[in-house]
Amino acid sequence: MIDWSHTALTIAVILGSCLTLAGMMIWLERRLLGVWQERYGPNRLGPGGCLQSLADMIKIFTKEDWIPPFADKAVFVITPAIVVITALMSFAVVPVAPDFVVADLNVGVLFFLAMSSLAAYSVIIGGWASNNKFAFLGSLRAIAQLLSYEVFMGLSLMGTVLLAGSFNLSDIVEAQRHQWFVIPQFFGFLCFFMAGLAEAHRTPFDMPEAEAELVAGYHSEYSGMKFGMFFVGEYLSILLLSAMTVILFFGGWHGPWLPPAVWFGLKMFGFIVLIILIRATWPRFRFDQLLTFGWKVVMPLALINLLLTGGVVLWKTGASELSMLP
Amino acid sequence: MMSIWLYARNLIVGLWIVFKRTFTKPVTVQYPEERPYLPPRWRGRIVLTRDPDGEERCVACYLCSAACPVDCIALQAADNPDAHERRYPEFFRINFSRCIYCGMCEEACPTHAIQLIPDFEQSEYARRNLVYEKEDLLISGTGKYHDYNFYRVAGVRTLDKDKGQGANELPPVDVRSLMP
Repeated sequence: MIDWSHTALTIAVILGSCLTLAGMMIWLERRLLGVWQERYGPNRLGPGGCLQSLADMIKIFTKEDWIPPFADKAVFVITPAIVVITALMSFAVVPVAPDFVVADLNVGVLFFLAMSSLAAYSVIIGGWASNNKFAFLGSLRAIAQLLSYEVFMGLSLMGTVLLAGSFNLSDIVEAQRHQWFVIPQFFGFLCFFMAGLAEAHRTPFDMPEAEAELVAGYHSEYSGMKFGMFFVGEYLSILLLSAMTVILFFGGWHGPWLPPAVWFGLKMFGFIVLIILIRATWPRFRFDQLLTFGWKVVMPLALINLLLTGGVVLWKTGASELSMLP
Repeated sequence: MMSIWLYARNLIVGLWIVFKRTFTKPVTVQYPEERPYLPPRWRGRIVLTRDPDGEERCVACYLCSAACPVDCIALQAADNPDAHERRYPEFFRINFSRCIYCGMCEEACPTHAIQLIPDFEQSEYARRNLVYEKEDLLISGTGKYHDYNFYRVAGVRTLDKDKGQGANELPPVDVRSLMP
């Protein structure tokens, strides 16, 4: 029996906080980049400039929403929605605290992977529908990037799943009560974080929208709120990446003294700051470098990690218990 | 294999170096509230100054106009019958929409009349408002050179002194008796 009012409330809270946080993150990123470049960043509107995103939103809503005559109109319009929808759908399986999750799916990890793969479509068909050479090059790079990171993204999570013995994200968090999975699964964490950065199109893997080379990459032709959707979608996927990293490797809501949701938020905040720090520091890879790196370094690393984890789990479980498994 | 460790180390060191910037003060000057320090010789708005007696220093020699690389200075010389036929500019016009604040006019000026001062806030909504006439340019003070009076050191005869009676001036030399 599903408690509908509880579910509706959870959906409202998670949806509201996700969209608000995505907005605040735009401001946070600009402020932090400012701080790290020895300047201020937006500090005018509201305390510390925290209402900057509100002003940006008003601006972007009132802008002309232009569809180029040479674009494939239907696909062009639908693409920005895909980014946001897939990112928000993934949050359905994110357990913020015990019993504070929209859909406690038994295949939460798979659902997350599926949604992140779907999000890649938006980039690819968005660039294709724009019918613009820069957008097209952006999509091309997105496909190359997708080919390189999707494989080891799934593989890097399998070690965690093996240790927890479940695809359910709540169970995975519960399995980290005594030890965070980042310790036994350190290489898995590295691989996943790298794949996540590529998935969210963040530096150093932001080739699909490389401003210096491709105007704005796959969303060159997008303006007004359609561009805003891409923008929000990108920040939502950063939020999602931080959330999933915390859940899968850093013990989710576990932590002393403070309430579970607060611990979850604090850890997420740490990762968001780390991602912005990476943006402030590292240069962009070439996409052939990412392909080489993905297939020749990270992919074998993820495989070896999975192999060793499997071996250790098998050794600990023992053959006798194994024979009782279905 | 070594190079991978080197890359990894460099990436981490880079992160740390950037992170350390969290604790440094921004170099930004928050302009309307915070004013930047402008040195006295800063080249900004152009003014026409007066000598310590309160007379205009400009002798309308056209040197500033000639020196100006963008031709933004226009003036017309005239003789002032009230002041010993002294030359003065009838009008003096600087087009600040063209001025590049290079300070060549100030360097060319033999009387320290035209001077650049540390003021840069000259924005206008209409471009024609950037054309400054003489009454906009002329200030009542002496600018950067408080005691300088061209006619006191120029060696020329004026209403109240003869040749050689000014400050730091020797009496005129009789060239006919000046023999080696």
